[in-house]
Amino acid sequence: MTNPFRADFPLLKELDIAFLDSAATSQRPVSVIEAEKHYYERYNANPLRGFYDLAQEATQRYEEAREAVRAFLNAAGAEEIIFTRNTTESINLVAYSWALSHLRPGDEMLITISEHHSNILPWQMAAERTGAKLRYVFCREDGSYDPADVENAFTDKVRLAAAGYVSNVTGQLGPVRQMTELVHRNGGVMLVDAAQAAPHMPLDVQLMDADFLAFSGHKLLAPMGIGVLYGKKALLSDMPPFLRGGEMIDSVRQQDATFAELPHCFEAGTVNGAGAEGLRAAIGYLNGAGFEQVEALELALTEQALSGLSALPHVRVIGGKTAGEHHGILAFLVEGVHPHDVSAILNDDRVAVRAGHHCAQPLHTYLGIRSSTRASIAFYNTPEDIARFLESVSSIRRKMGLG
Amino acid sequence: MANTFYNEILIDHNQNPYHKHALPDANMTLEGVNPSCGDDIILQLKVEDGVIRDGSFEGDGCAISQASADIMLDMIVGKPVEEAKRLSALFLKMIRGGCTPDEIEELEEAGALSDISHMPARVKCAVLGWHTMEEMLAGRSQRATTEKM
Repeated sequence: MTNPFRADFPLLKELDIAFLDSAATSQRPVSVIEAEKHYYERYNANPLRGFYDLAQEATQRYEEAREAVRAFLNAAGAEEIIFTRNTTESINLVAYSWALSHLRPGDEMLITISEHHSNILPWQMAAERTGAKLRYVFCREDGSYDPADVENAFTDKVRLAAAGYVSNVTGQLGPVRQMTELVHRNGGVMLVDAAQAAPHMPLDVQLMDADFLAFSGHKLLAPMGIGVLYGKKALLSDMPPFLRGGEMIDSVRQQDATFAELPHCFEAGTVNGAGAEGLRAAIGYLNGAGFEQVEALELALTEQALSGLSALPHVRVIGGKTAGEHHGILAFLVEGVHPHDVSAILNDDRVAVRAGHHCAQPLHTYLGIRSSTRASIAFYNTPEDIARFLESVSSIRRKMGLG
Repeated sequence: MANTFYNEILIDHNQNPYHKHALPDANMTLEGVNPSCGDDIILQLKVEDGVIRDGSFEGDGCAISQASADIMLDMIVGKPVEEAKRLSALFLKMIRGGCTPDEIEELEEAGALSDISHMPARVKCAVLGWHTMEEMLAGRSQRATTEKM
């Protein structure tokens, strides 16, 4: 085995499994699992509250994790980093706080048809409550976006635009830069869903000029239950709280309250200190591995998988023709076999993939597909994982009586 | 259990479903869905004098949901409504792992799905057709969903 990282992942050592579902959640290296455990063994107290030494240490660890995320995204300030549970909560925060307080009837929100449900449903809610209209820009058949279509979809009423950096179905890049530029011309804001991008490529929020950016820790080697919302300070400062309760206040009276400073006004209730510690360790691990190496390994594995799938008769890969367009994500169809049966047969061969609409039902409907099977690759996968996957896929039609 | 689960009976009913077509003279129609995985069928029955004279299904789903619905229709067409309800209760009992070998025998080809009791992820696929029929025979007109079983 030549992969230098595989041995760091206890589950992959323990189980004989080709884990090709990292777009759903990644596996965790031992350093992350240990960091979370160590937090409870050594630093555990409620962060941001007590005045005793241990509570101060817990607070310090938590704020150091925030600083690690700031550096990871190259945000201008740590107060622009808000810890949430996951991408879904991050986007809901923006929808409930920014959108409900800024959108008016007649305004428009523009998103892409490739979005994950977590970047659609919050805007449907905002549309319903504010009278703003939710509109879509549509992709080509391979999931990519024609700049002319993006341009044409924009009107001067678009006040919020949102797009996934990488699609969780096709793996294609979304038109993030172009939408950012166009919405800024209107004085509107851009939200970037980086759930599928943050684990695989370097991101720089200042360079991309995103107003909001969301990602989940659990897809990025970190524990479940810790996520991030980045927001420009000027915007966050002007937003009402999302959740209200403990430790997000300045002072509370019987009938009203004033709220804490950024970022704590958006982190009501006891925070996920151990999760933040795990996320910090995950970022440390990725920085140690280096995105250059991560990207090179993932591209080579994606090339192996894509060329193998393309060689199989009756198998169709959704999305681009080249591995570089997929970013480790390969959704595919086996003619005559339902994706749930594809996934069940792969499971019998100890290959873990996802089957269904991958929380992107509008995209599937638009592409004329009910559901698909998705293999998603991470740098800890090996050529042997891909070979096992391809071998199993090639046996499916025979096993289903289709010769 | 690996790979043997997709046995000949299932594969045959999935490949060549006898009852998968529209039923123009049906007097009962109900849609059934598995919201978690998207299986979606339309079940149609022609019921006269308390007897199921004919039945069909259409829709989209995995091999298990399709084969199970086809096997069910094989078993219930020609039977009194009360007998269809009894078989359905027996099928659900089997899927929950509670049937004796004799009872599984009584379920004829549907017994080919008995291993589902060890596969929690596929239970809803197997019961979709049966659950839809139960809802229909209970006089419900709202889309049947396995989410509320």
